[in-house]
Amino acid sequence: MDYIKATDAALVQEFIQGNENALSTLINRHQQRIYSFIYSKVFDKDVSEDVFQDTFIKVINTLKRGKYNEEGKFLPWVMRIAHNLVIDHFRKNKRMPKFQNTGDFNIFSVLSDGDLNIEKQIIKDQIECDVQELIKELPEDQLEVLTMRIYKDMSFKEISESTGVSINTALGRMRYALINLRKLIEKHNLILTN
Amino acid sequence: MEHLYTKPSIGEQLNKLNPKKETLQFLLNYSKALRINKYKQLSFEMILN
Repeated sequence: MDYIKATDAALVQEFIQGNENALSTLINRHQQRIYSFIYSKVFDKDVSEDVFQDTFIKVINTLKRGKYNEEGKFLPWVMRIAHNLVIDHFRKNKRMPKFQNTGDFNIFSVLSDGDLNIEKQIIKDQIECDVQELIKELPEDQLEVLTMRIYKDMSFKEISESTGVSINTALGRMRYALINLRKLIEKHNLILTN
Repeated sequence: MEHLYTKPSIGEQLNKLNPKKETLQFLLNYSKALRINKYKQLSFEMILN
């Protein structure tokens, strides 16, 4: 197979079937565009490097798990992941506590263990499990849109192209899916908080 | 011959940016090391050295 001339879709299929060279070609082909996109948002080379790495780790995981929905839109999908990770980066920075200069400084007032302890991890897993069960009760059309948006990380434009409905319909289905999920939570008396 | 002292535009500067080779190598090695085994509805991730 001529990797240079191969389409993204063909390379993705090759990679899913276990050919690691296909990934190398895909990264080489798109690295400049994706990295430049990230840098244009964060203006920091080290952060761009981290976000770029996280983006492709997510791409590799999704492809290897067989959860990628091929529609010949590899680059927009990767860009979307990068975009979401850039937003996450800014959100994290916003949440970073600021040091207040007082006489009796205590380092633990600034630093805290951000990792989940075992109890919180179990609760988080339980919540995710409950939510997955709830989602199954949604009507088919709402379930489809919600899964594509949340689990496959697709944009509403991609969802509308994939399902053959307008963007507004896809948005409406997402809205009703969330409303129905809230109703189901109430109906089952679930408490989905940490 | 006159010298040009103008800086390239931000767009031009951005077009020349690339990630480090180490980052790319890490990603390729990560991909080679990652194995995902599926058993019924469960999937197990393994990083093989």
